[in-house]
Amino acid sequence: MQIYLPIAEVSVNLFLLLGLGGLVGFLSGMFGVGGGFLITPLLMLIGVPSGVAVATGANQVVASSISGVLAQLRRKGVDFVMGTVLLIGGLVGSFIGVQVFAYMTELGQVDVFVQLSYVFFLGFIGATMFWESARAILRSQRQGAQQIRRAHEHSWMHSLPFKVKFRKSGLFISVLPPLVLGAAVGILSAIMGVGGGFILVPAMIYLLGMPTKVVVGTSLFQIIFVTGFTTIMHAVNSQTVDMMLAFVLIVGGVIGAQIGSRMSTRLKPEQLRILLALLVLAVSIKIALDLLLMPSELYSVTRLVLP
Amino acid sequence: MRALILALLLSVGPVMAEESLVTGLSRDDVQITADFTGSDILVYGAVRRNSPAPQSPPMDLIVTLEGPSSPVTVRRKERIFGIWVNRAAVDLAEVPSYFAIASSGALDQILSPDDDLKHQISLARRLAVTKITAESMDSWEFLRATQRIGSAKGNYVTQQSGVKLAEDTLFRADFALPANLTEGDFTVRMFLLRGGRVIDTKEQSIEVRKTGIERQLTNMAHHQPLFYGILSLLLAAVAGWGASEIFRIWRR
Repeated sequence: MQIYLPIAEVSVNLFLLLGLGGLVGFLSGMFGVGGGFLITPLLMLIGVPSGVAVATGANQVVASSISGVLAQLRRKGVDFVMGTVLLIGGLVGSFIGVQVFAYMTELGQVDVFVQLSYVFFLGFIGATMFWESARAILRSQRQGAQQIRRAHEHSWMHSLPFKVKFRKSGLFISVLPPLVLGAAVGILSAIMGVGGGFILVPAMIYLLGMPTKVVVGTSLFQIIFVTGFTTIMHAVNSQTVDMMLAFVLIVGGVIGAQIGSRMSTRLKPEQLRILLALLVLAVSIKIALDLLLMPSELYSVTRLVLP
Repeated sequence: MRALILALLLSVGPVMAEESLVTGLSRDDVQITADFTGSDILVYGAVRRNSPAPQSPPMDLIVTLEGPSSPVTVRRKERIFGIWVNRAAVDLAEVPSYFAIASSGALDQILSPDDDLKHQISLARRLAVTKITAESMDSWEFLRATQRIGSAKGNYVTQQSGVKLAEDTLFRADFALPANLTEGDFTVRMFLLRGGRVIDTKEQSIEVRKTGIERQLTNMAHHQPLFYGILSLLLAAVAGWGASEIFRIWRR
């Protein structure tokens, strides 16, 4: 059954879209990532113009993140104080990121810049997470169920000023590291057109030392607002949000997110991390290959939308 | 001498002028609804004559169906430091979003290059005259790529012997418009040819419009973008919350 998308101006199979939304929603609920880094390339693959794919992907991520946060909330898995601090940093960062994006567009190399960002950040984070979680799994197999060490010890972070008690995370640290982290993620998300969950989740675990059970919910909480902001920006600036497309993706996505967030409680944290690491690595390798291998068609045609 | 010219005029001139096209379309509008999967267009017609059809040169027909044009940028990738990067770019002012050409025979045999140039019949000709704003040393390569990519996507279609002739008088051409149509006026052009020369042309248009919810969403997105953006967010919020509630009730 085909459905015609009014803004994208393409006709797509309804069940394919529902499935795509469901898959990304599932991952979103399971790992606490928004799924923007997956939905955008997938939509482009089925023929949706890239501008519409980025903007509508952001809109879909809002819905699956809300669904995911509500599921996490009932399990007390959201640290609102931490989420708010990250968000303040995130909005500042995304403002900076938009300027960088505009500058790269002016230079005419925004596509390659975005692709290289994907390869570099996804590759680095995926590899680090994979290495760490593989070691954790090996260790737990060798010595039975051993407690995983977190960065909970006193470090330079504890000597910074403006300390705040993040009760849900069991942390008493300065607001500066999460603010900076939020800003860094904001910059990247504006440049790469994603929510930034795949960077936020590991950073919260390894840099801030937050417990895995609050990481997913808190990251989703922050993602709702970052992608919501992106959606409005795109709707106003380029009119590329396709509500029909978003609606179908969302219906699939919210169901997937619910199943995903229940699945996440069945898996061990290190198993969850190694799966996310593999997914992130796979996407980065795919994009790297696109850059390295000679494309079958060297030319590309971009239709400029008439005002 | 004068008698000879007169004889020539009588024998050749009137033959060219006395055949003309009478044409019709199966529909003059296409409405894009949510379940739109494409549309079939039948172009039909007849050749009107005052005297019996001449035996030679042979008669042929070409029918083109063209979607609205817009500017495009064509880019070419080059390898720099090991990675494939967009380098040269060419901006074309008017490129049709859709172009189908049907003919009663192989195009290069039934249409003379002169008349193609004069009437802008083939897609290659249409593209060759478009304004090129940002040029490259080999702009023609970019034009060819535009045609190649459009054909691969099914937006540019060639139907050799797509025009069916009956008794040298009646003709029909069938077009299947794809689902990924661009809104606007589609132009149908019909050419009657003899010996490679165009002797009559007709032009008609088909209005392609979105209707219903497709129309409303498009209008809102363009005229009330902020409201549209907020509505999109609300939709996302309600759907996210709704699914969460449904699952909670369902699990009890």
